[in-house]
Amino acid sequence: MNIYERIQTLSPDQIRQQLSGISKSEVEYALGKSQLSERDFLALVSPAAEPYLEEIAQKAHHSTRRHFGNAVFLFTPLYVSNYCENTCQYCSFARQFTIDRKHLSVSEIEEEARLISSTGMRHILILTGESRSKAPVSYLREAVSVLSEHFASIGIEVYPMLEDEYGTLIRAGVDSLTVYQEVYQEDVYAELHKGGPKEDYRFRLEAADRACRQGIHAVTVGTLLGLNDFRVEAFYVAVHVKHLLDTFPGTEVSVSLPRMRPLVSDFPVPSPVNDRHFVQLLTAFRIMFPSVGITVSTRETAGFRNNILPLGVTRMSAGVSTAVGGHTGCGSTTQFEIADTRSLSQIKEELLNRGFQPVLHDWNSKLLSHDVI
Amino acid sequence: MTQTTHDELIIKGTSVRSRLITGSGKYRDDRLIKDVLEAAECDIITVALRRVDLDRSEESILNHIPKGKILLPNTSGARNAEEAVRIARLARAAGCGDWIKIEVINDQKYLLPDNDETLKATEILAREGFVVLPYVCPELYCARRLVEAGAAAVMPLGAPIGSNRGLRTRDLIEVLVSEIDLPIIVDAGIGRPSDAALAMEIGADAVLLNTAIAASAEPVSMARAFRMAVQAGRLAYLAGLATESLHARASSPLTGFLNQ
Repeated sequence: MNIYERIQTLSPDQIRQQLSGISKSEVEYALGKSQLSERDFLALVSPAAEPYLEEIAQKAHHSTRRHFGNAVFLFTPLYVSNYCENTCQYCSFARQFTIDRKHLSVSEIEEEARLISSTGMRHILILTGESRSKAPVSYLREAVSVLSEHFASIGIEVYPMLEDEYGTLIRAGVDSLTVYQEVYQEDVYAELHKGGPKEDYRFRLEAADRACRQGIHAVTVGTLLGLNDFRVEAFYVAVHVKHLLDTFPGTEVSVSLPRMRPLVSDFPVPSPVNDRHFVQLLTAFRIMFPSVGITVSTRETAGFRNNILPLGVTRMSAGVSTAVGGHTGCGSTTQFEIADTRSLSQIKEELLNRGFQPVLHDWNSKLLSHDVI
Repeated sequence: MTQTTHDELIIKGTSVRSRLITGSGKYRDDRLIKDVLEAAECDIITVALRRVDLDRSEESILNHIPKGKILLPNTSGARNAEEAVRIARLARAAGCGDWIKIEVINDQKYLLPDNDETLKATEILAREGFVVLPYVCPELYCARRLVEAGAAAVMPLGAPIGSNRGLRTRDLIEVLVSEIDLPIIVDAGIGRPSDAALAMEIGADAVLLNTAIAASAEPVSMARAFRMAVQAGRLAYLAGLATESLHARASSPLTGFLNQ
């Protein structure tokens, strides 16, 4: 069954009903297991699991230590274009907002790259709004070829593409893809994404599959926490991650937990997720998927990020600007307000002080590039 | 201890004093690596090439590895033979020497090695003059083919990577110890010094472990503990362990009538 069909078989009402029916003993049973089923995951994110949060956190901590030791992998996003044809009310880049629109030329990208790279950063994630006319695949390909001169590994977090377009970018040096579904519950998704190419729920949902089929090294998926019932969304993410692990066992799969931050619009967060619930999700994902990477962004504050490090976080962005051209100082409007403004060197130092190893180099696109040897 | 001074481990003609091999990843601070290696008295250290920044030598993890150690780069991140071969060649081109641990993993859930692809990579790299140490699921026929392919050792897993579950594959490793005429190095799964001692007691030639030391609260003390466990297990193996018996000797033996 493909992921779209699979998600369709799981109605949100059914999931909610199951969630409310979970008993304490089911939570204890899930906690005692070494390999969790989807039902066990649901138990860990259920209201019944809330009194067990410390126990769940302890288990998540030990699992993280065994699989990842003390390593925390660092990367930074590079916003190259904020032109967007979508209307997502929750995003500052949406087409209806009057903001400074900016699109970096290839030489501007190189300038930003030089500056970021001089801080010691080795992994870069290219971000754009969804505009094929302003940021076509050919433009991204040029960006990749410039960036590969400065970075060990290049990821993309851009609009969903066709399979052969992913192939083109992978061959140019892209080794990881990040694509958030934002909302997995299809009717809520439809409500939030009217007009613009993002209307196509299924095309976005299956983007990770297309990149995996083209042999990408790593993919990251996730939901934007705050847009819908977080327990239901977490369950869909778990189903998606499991689908990717089962279908593409060789691909490194990560999950990200972006939580909504203030924007230029006064869009009210429909279903805010508090810190306690955030930790419940983080630890449930860690226990369900011991070998999967978990990313936490600078949407979270420095203090909160420090506190959740031992609970399963293995990847963090650092030295972040969410503005196009933000590193060279002539930046546009930011996509969202970042809460952790620490520089790379500050984050490195703080990680070391807390007993973690900042990893700046965890992959090199040259390792698999065909023209090296 | 005169006996152990002559008890060298020979890997492809190279004599190695220590039967404990450790890794370089997962430490809270790379500066600990030097102290750990000293406490563990390791001669060989494995390093994931994916973590080595080949473009920026000043940031490289290799700077934390003392001179005089045998560097064993591994092909972590390779999903098939072709990728492992490419990573091995890059390691050699980067000055990491001729030793290579082949690690081909095409399943991120269990992190189990792919024996078929590992064998293919071993054949190619051994022909190119590498000292090849393949990481495999313990399996007799694969091990025999690895011998033919020119492997320098066979590295069966005790349990999946990072699981700390101990010597779950003990019976299969015992088959390799008894049948394969190459050093058998138990790699992965060893969580406690007693697991390492057990591996050595059943006749493994060495053990490779990383997480149990690197992720412990006191890596240097843990390194010392593992060194002692490996030495104790080896000594016990050489001395010849008394056979185990589940039953006390019966005072009225069933065959006693034969003596009457």
